[in-house]
Amino acid sequence: MSEAVLVSTTVNGDVVEFACPTDEVLLDSLRDRVGLTGVKEGCGTGDCGACSITLDGQLVCSCLVLGVEADGRDITTVEGLTEDGELHPLQQKFIDHAALQCGVCTPGFLVAAKALLDRNPNPTETEIRYALAGNLCRCTGYDKIVRAVQASAKELNKARR
Amino acid sequence: MRYESPATTKEAVALLSKEKGPAFVIAGGTDLLVRMKSGLVEPALLVDVKRIPAMTTIKVMQTGFRVGAAVSGAELGAHKALGKAWPGVVEATNLIGSDQIQGRCTMVGNLCNASPAADSVPALIAAGAKAAIVGKQGRRTAAVEKIITGPGSTSLAKGEVIEALTLPKSSRRTGDAYLRFTPRTEMDIAVVGVGISMTLERGIIKKARVCLGAVAPTPILVPAAADTIIGTKLDDAALAALAAACSDACDPIDDKRGTAAYRIRVAGVLARRVATIAFQRAGGAA
Repeated sequence: MSEAVLVSTTVNGDVVEFACPTDEVLLDSLRDRVGLTGVKEGCGTGDCGACSITLDGQLVCSCLVLGVEADGRDITTVEGLTEDGELHPLQQKFIDHAALQCGVCTPGFLVAAKALLDRNPNPTETEIRYALAGNLCRCTGYDKIVRAVQASAKELNKARR
Repeated sequence: MRYESPATTKEAVALLSKEKGPAFVIAGGTDLLVRMKSGLVEPALLVDVKRIPAMTTIKVMQTGFRVGAAVSGAELGAHKALGKAWPGVVEATNLIGSDQIQGRCTMVGNLCNASPAADSVPALIAAGAKAAIVGKQGRRTAAVEKIITGPGSTSLAKGEVIEALTLPKSSRRTGDAYLRFTPRTEMDIAVVGVGISMTLERGIIKKARVCLGAVAPTPILVPAAADTIIGTKLDDAALAALAAACSDACDPIDDKRGTAAYRIRVAGVLARRVATIAFQRAGGAA
């Protein structure tokens, strides 16, 4: 049994504190200690992207980060995409395009797609497919997902003008 | 398991040296956490090096670049001056895993994990990168090709850590490139990887370094392959000799990703392509 360490970190703009064993991955800390169950476990080895979050602005798999490493860092999960209860355009477009079936991969896709659009507001289809290569979906296939991201980019760019 | 996140390399070395049980450095953790999860390693101590300023920064110096051991692939890819000077090294590192993995993975982690198929390593060796190593006895420097001694093993002594990698100064007449062959375009492991750097003088290759990955127990620097293109303008005869020398140097295994015979052939094909890119980047006339 590993010793527990107190971790203080910012999650979706709120300061949260939790005690976690040193060998606990951040994915489990977020789900079981912070109560954010939007972050999903798919493979647990960094291949599927279902547990994607941003850590200090950098897209990462939370299954490949230890909870203790998050001390003093800034985390955004899928729950942080909504603003004042309004869905983020990406979330709305995923619904509009039926870009999900079982939904386990969806939070990871949304967080990864947001990281892409923050960095590159006008990605080509190829760029979208490369940027989302670390997110696996075993239900819908990727076409609807790519189209939802393209539609979101369009809407976000319109809003910016 | 004890977790420590020291503020200096010296403290990190002291912690690692004192620990009696299995002790590991964690930078990106993209290999280590997978190995921990599968039970391959059971650390008694993890030393997180991401709070050490010397390890988290890229420094531009008179003599070249100093890339901290904890600098992620994403940070490396965003560094304009480094990408301009050593595009092959940056591209090789950015091939590792997905964007999510890029957010954490490091070149030094790729090196110390010591996989024969590590993507960044042939590019680093071709570029003449050196490792700045800190241990209990002090500091030492070693060429990157001296670090990996076999699959999963390195020449680092207990308690020694790589603090940073240094890349020499590049000029307009220096070009480097790295390509790998994988069945898929993304999220795959190299069947063969080739890194080449070269410097031209009046359009002729003056210096070159050729390094092959995934075709031997370690990445291999192949001076005999470099010799085939030095003194040439990379004409067809030089490219053919380069391909033959690269294929000759391979000592691969058969595995699920490719047969030995296939790897030997692909090494030559890739070497031609990589040399052509590096030559163009060095300002050579096609």
